[in-house]
Amino acid sequence: MNRLLSLLITALAGLLLLYGAVEFPPWGDPRQPASTHVSPRYIEKTLPETGVPNAVTSVLADYRGYDTMFETSVIFTAGVAVMMLLRRSNGKKR
Amino acid sequence: MVKNVDDIIIRTCSRIMVPFLQIFSLYVFAHGHGSPGGGFQGGCIMAASFILLAVAFDIGEAKRRFSEKANALLCCVGVFIYAGAGAVSLLFSSNFLDYSAWRHIIPVGPIMARYYGMVLIELGVEITVMAVMVSIFLDLVTAGDQEAVLEGIDD
Repeated sequence: MNRLLSLLITALAGLLLLYGAVEFPPWGDPRQPASTHVSPRYIEKTLPETGVPNAVTSVLADYRGYDTMFETSVIFTAGVAVMMLLRRSNGKKR
Repeated sequence: MVKNVDDIIIRTCSRIMVPFLQIFSLYVFAHGHGSPGGGFQGGCIMAASFILLAVAFDIGEAKRRFSEKANALLCCVGVFIYAGAGAVSLLFSSNFLDYSAWRHIIPVGPIMARYYGMVLIELGVEITVMAVMVSIFLDLVTAGDQEAVLEGIDD
């Protein structure tokens, strides 16, 4: 019964998401909001402003530098967390 | 857990592959400005070379090449480089992570200063990703008890 209920909820949530996806603009549509709002600015200004030919790098490392900095911090935190949870006995016997 | 399988084909192949993996990692990192790539990807490839050493030889070989102390240090150094690169901009009354302020330090214009700032922070990302990947792998594969596994291999 419980599993049936969770299956029902999952299916309903999936249907809801699919219903929402119907309204999406077509794939690669140049007139969709994402392509008309911020993308042209980065595509046009990346080379003159940063000297980097790759817009992905300039957005990742420069325009969205905070984001990438905390991505790096998240990776660092993950490493420290695994160390704290698993690492045992530095030199001394258990 | 980790058995010491002595296979000359695997050992020779991985010994040949490791330098190429590391060179390719540096290429992916350095070429991230013009093509797909960058610190995260380059760091993963660099970590894969050390993990290949650990898999093909043993944990001890990987730890001889890349000690745990250096590993823990490099984890922090990468984040420090990134955050420090941002903080340097503050010294020149500019915004945090605004690399164009670096034109006061290095003899280039503000545009190329941003270019070189990106290279530096990608280096920080690469170092952290590489060290953390290796650290997580070694901790998981030995269940956190690297010394016990090392002693088991010596027997």
